[in-house]
Amino acid sequence: MILTLNGEQRDDLAAATVADLLEELGLGTRPVAVMVNGEVVRRAEQAGHRLSDGDSVEVISLIGGG
Amino acid sequence: MSTQAPETPSLFPHSSADFGDAPLLVGKHTFHSRLIVGTGKYPDFPTMRQAHIASGADCVTVALRRVDLKNPENNILNHIDLGRMTLLPNTAGCYTVEEAVQVGVMVQEMELGDLIKVEVIGDQKTLMPDPIGTVEATRKLTAMGFTCMSYCSDDIVLCKRLEEAGAAAVMPLGSPIGSGRGVLNPTNIRLIKDAASVPIIVDAGVGCASDCASAMELGVDGLLVNTAIASAKDPVKMAHAIRMATVAGRLSFQAGRMDKRLYASASTPLKDF
Repeated sequence: MILTLNGEQRDDLAAATVADLLEELGLGTRPVAVMVNGEVVRRAEQAGHRLSDGDSVEVISLIGGG
Repeated sequence: MSTQAPETPSLFPHSSADFGDAPLLVGKHTFHSRLIVGTGKYPDFPTMRQAHIASGADCVTVALRRVDLKNPENNILNHIDLGRMTLLPNTAGCYTVEEAVQVGVMVQEMELGDLIKVEVIGDQKTLMPDPIGTVEATRKLTAMGFTCMSYCSDDIVLCKRLEEAGAAAVMPLGSPIGSGRGVLNPTNIRLIKDAASVPIIVDAGVGCASDCASAMELGVDGLLVNTAIASAKDPVKMAHAIRMATVAGRLSFQAGRMDKRLYASASTPLKDF
């Protein structure tokens, strides 16, 4: 399966769901938000949201800003 | 007698509360400092953390962006004293109401609290806010349950509209973001403060401590300062300076300045010499 993850094409990920993906990326415990194809996938839906070939996934967290 | 400065500078005055001033109230939130600080542009995280301590602030802005997947450990929350600081996530970088609302959804998803700094930019070159988009985003984010602190240009009618849209605090700019030009239109800021019934916080434009004191002397309720501290040659020292200047400006405003005169008025009696 090929995903676009934060703007980068990736074919090395085994995750089947959004929750799996966060676990695989080592982001399971920190505050992040996930968008798939431009829509936020709420925390409660992450385990049930299956990823499909060609999905564009954005993983968002906090950075510095004013 | 030693004249050397102490190694650890005193944090007195911590805020104007040290002189009996009321705290800054934004919605249900109470801040003891009238200075809000940012987390952008610091040379490194340890400097940022030291500057935050020196600022005396108890509220700090953060932004939302893609996780750096090459350095997932690089988490800014590890460098913010969450025991002291309330997080104020911003919608910086948003050019539309929809984008700002989407950031709101993500802030809720990340369980970052109910505060949000509403920022909808209307012009890429000057980063001047889009007034119409900011009002609409404030309305929508307020309806989503957020305590909105809305960043805007220094226009009194716009500030009234933001208040009507539900803003818990209105944050007019002193001058463009990161420009360090100080408060360019003090008359506008005074008019805005005079008409407002929510806190007015000058956000953007102050460049140094005296700018902060001057802004507070206009009677505003607080300041949001990022670049002036982070881009100073010594950010920690500037944070101390800006903390003290914010307190000084607040006290000077409350004390009430003397009237300006055209001619001299002797301080020492001229008679009976």
